[in-house]
Amino acid sequence: MTTTKQTVTMTVDGAQYSDDVEPRLLLVQYLRERLGKTGTTVGCDTTNCGACTVLLDGESVKSCTMFAVQADGHEVVTVEGLAQNGELHPVQQAFHEHAALQCGYCTSGMIMQSVSLLNENPHPSQEEIRSGLEGNLCRCTGYQSIVEAVSAAAGEGDTQ
Amino acid sequence: MTVTENAAPDLVNNDEHPLGHGRMLRKEDPRFIRGLGKYCDDVQLRGMLHLAILRSPMAHARIVNIDTSAAEAHPKVKAVVTGAALADKGLAWMPTLSNDVQAVLATDKVRFQGQEVAFVVAEDRYAARDALELIDVDYEPLEAVADVRTALAPDAPVIRDDLEGKENNHCFDWETGDAAATQAVFDRADVVVKQEMVYPRVHPAPMETCGCVADFDRVDGGLTLWSTSQAPHAHRTLYALVAGLPEHKIRVISPDIGGGFGNKVPIYPGYVCSIVGSMLTGKPVKWMEDRSENLISTGFARDYVMQGEIAATKDGKILAIRTDVLADHGAFNGTAAPVKYPAGFFGVFTGSYDLEAAYCHMTAVYTNKAPGGVAYACSFRITEAVYLVERLVDCLAYELDVDPADLRLNNFIKPEQFPYATKTGWVYDSGNYEPAMRQSMELVGYADLRREQADKRTRGELMGIGCSFFTEAVGAGPRKDMDILGLGMADGCELRVHPTGKAVVRLSVQSQGQGHETTFAQIVAEEIGIPPGDIEVVHGDTDNTPFGLGTYGSRSTPVSGAAAALVARKVRDKAKIIASGMLEVSVADLDWDKGSFRVKGDPTSSVTIQDIAMRAHGAGDLPEGLEGGLEAQICYNPSNLTYPFGAYICVVDIDPGTGAVKVRRFVAVDDCGTRINPMIIEGQVHGGLTDGVGMALMEMISFDPDGNCLSSSFMDYLIPTALEVPHWETGFTVTPSPHHPIGAKGVGESATVGSPPAVVNAVIDALRPYGVRHADMPLTPSRVWEAMQGTLKPSF
Repeated sequence: MTTTKQTVTMTVDGAQYSDDVEPRLLLVQYLRERLGKTGTTVGCDTTNCGACTVLLDGESVKSCTMFAVQADGHEVVTVEGLAQNGELHPVQQAFHEHAALQCGYCTSGMIMQSVSLLNENPHPSQEEIRSGLEGNLCRCTGYQSIVEAVSAAAGEGDTQ
Repeated sequence: MTVTENAAPDLVNNDEHPLGHGRMLRKEDPRFIRGLGKYCDDVQLRGMLHLAILRSPMAHARIVNIDTSAAEAHPKVKAVVTGAALADKGLAWMPTLSNDVQAVLATDKVRFQGQEVAFVVAEDRYAARDALELIDVDYEPLEAVADVRTALAPDAPVIRDDLEGKENNHCFDWETGDAAATQAVFDRADVVVKQEMVYPRVHPAPMETCGCVADFDRVDGGLTLWSTSQAPHAHRTLYALVAGLPEHKIRVISPDIGGGFGNKVPIYPGYVCSIVGSMLTGKPVKWMEDRSENLISTGFARDYVMQGEIAATKDGKILAIRTDVLADHGAFNGTAAPVKYPAGFFGVFTGSYDLEAAYCHMTAVYTNKAPGGVAYACSFRITEAVYLVERLVDCLAYELDVDPADLRLNNFIKPEQFPYATKTGWVYDSGNYEPAMRQSMELVGYADLRREQADKRTRGELMGIGCSFFTEAVGAGPRKDMDILGLGMADGCELRVHPTGKAVVRLSVQSQGQGHETTFAQIVAEEIGIPPGDIEVVHGDTDNTPFGLGTYGSRSTPVSGAAAALVARKVRDKAKIIASGMLEVSVADLDWDKGSFRVKGDPTSSVTIQDIAMRAHGAGDLPEGLEGGLEAQICYNPSNLTYPFGAYICVVDIDPGTGAVKVRRFVAVDDCGTRINPMIIEGQVHGGLTDGVGMALMEMISFDPDGNCLSSSFMDYLIPTALEVPHWETGFTVTPSPHHPIGAKGVGESATVGSPPAVVNAVIDALRPYGVRHADMPLTPSRVWEAMQGTLKPSF
């Protein structure tokens, strides 16, 4: 049961962290329990729900399906690092304005996946949004307001 | 929006005129969109330990021996506890919400796969899980009862041999309506249609699983419990009864909850284990179950086998409905329902139709499965009731070869018949069904769709249109009839206005995403004229909120919403007396103008509620005999339930080559009386419709003959993604509840209740060329394919 710890160094939400961790420690638990970034949540144990989605070097990953040691040397952005200088990210703002959340539990992962989606495809159709969010389950909203929010956030990008 | 004779008044837009009911963005959102919500697993306390539960791999087996020595030797383990150890403390069994008992940890034998057998408390969650692997349990397997239809067979193994004298698996029998009168109507009916239908076992599967942090203080004997509880006050009372702790020393805190959907109403063994773990170690103890534990062991929903019968005249007047139900309650009867209603409100199975007679007989049985039954937005079994009646009406339409929408329109209870007493004893408060049905048909373009369908049928394409018209019954309930373990189903509310005119309102109900922090501020704002942004809503902390029974059964608006309106009026009445003193006129000379009192005939002479609040707390005389301060409390006992209704129409296309169902459109017209926040209602409806599509097409908790749960992860228990659901189309009418202070009815569960039969009716309608009259959910491609071949069996 003794496990040799390894040192990981990564940037999370703009700050650098260096820690000794067990190799089996999941990235999501590293973020939540070691760094106190509890905005990233856990909704399943089979990589289906996407509640734990964060950006790794700009691309979305399910942080429950990565060891913290695999993020060594990489840059992680969680929902807590999205707002800049107190200004909400357009996706966050759009989720609020379009009532795209209820219990809020899927929201952090859903927002991060939406950010990733818009990075890859700045002008997605409704179908492309639904397809792009297929890896994120929500039990409250029935998805429609989320699709509308992402669509609106994409429009917001146009005007910038 | 179709204009109807009872159409909504123009609603206040709180963005422009922030005083009360209307569209208003949520006060909860700012923390959630930043990842700053506080859910149970986010709670971190100094010295906190982690608890993990060892679960039974078998559905039915005697426990011969448990060896915990290796686990106890693990360097990070602080405690290992078995059922035997709990039995020494008298805590091995706990009462359920149905006056049965449930094992906290198994002592004699295990009764379902996934049942709690032992727990470990360790320094971190990884070590706790490691230690579970070190516990060695010796089981002697017993034959399992996995098939509900064989549970009462004379040779079936007895599951509940813990109950004295128990020699079979019978749980309870229940009936409602008049058997003889119903038989007489069936005897003279022109047409009788019988149909067996199964409402399969499903699971609410909230995104956040169940969990808690127990913190027992050895010095003062107090317990603080953060937990995923939809009913924190009721839980506190139960813990007092179970653990023998005095109630004033127990503080239950429901923090932000990541969805409940009825899953978080019961008390689970994990909560009790955490409390015991904290008492044993003197440290805070956290328990968070994982998804597979949630699906395999916590409150399931449905699991009714219903023999339905509907009687009618040959020209389509529905006369009576009768049903015999076999209900699977699992190994312990843990159904969360008012005590006098062991089958919940299933008695509303007469639906939206004016019948001459109705009767139901139900037998509930024990099986080797997890306990539960009432969950997943069922409003206490109304999902099953609505499914039964709405499928039966379609079966009758099939038999009579009439349009199912017309058949409904011709049999509705008429608006002038309300309040309407059903043949099973429910008094519907208000309803105007036809305009809602007509609006739904107009929105979807019903006549055009039928033409399109006829055209497609000539080409062998499979398209179906399904209707569901439902009447809900929500807002439990009148205390003379309804209680949970002796606790009357009333709800409290406290309102305190601060000197500067800001306010705090404290609720006994508990949001799990339904937006209470926003809408209750709106209810109070509407009554007292303080902007909703200036009203803080507090809930979920038993030390700081009034007693009440919590949120489930869509009861928050009917019960607690009424309390919030009335407490605000109570405060306003006092404010009026203070205003009369300030303006030096009599109370009778004052008019209320939302936010201020004005002297009649002198519009320049007025005081605002904020002025009055300062006077109430400040210097200067108050009218004779009046206490200072501006606050009130209330405990609201509803006189009846509220009965919202809705008209849903679903359009599906089925691939004839694969049996795959695509929901092309779904129109939902809901009427929940006065609408507090249309934006939030809309979201509630969207969520519920998604549940309905999920249940109809994908979801089922199934078992093999040995009682192995075959749907214990999201790999097998499928819930819809954004791809499986359509763009929802909604509408509404407004028929207020006459007995509710603001005319509002509950609505949260309407869409989950109303939508499954619409989807199933649409699929069956599409399969009409194949002569299919019924097919049980879930209508997966393989099951639809089997229905097309005529080889489909019931779900179980």
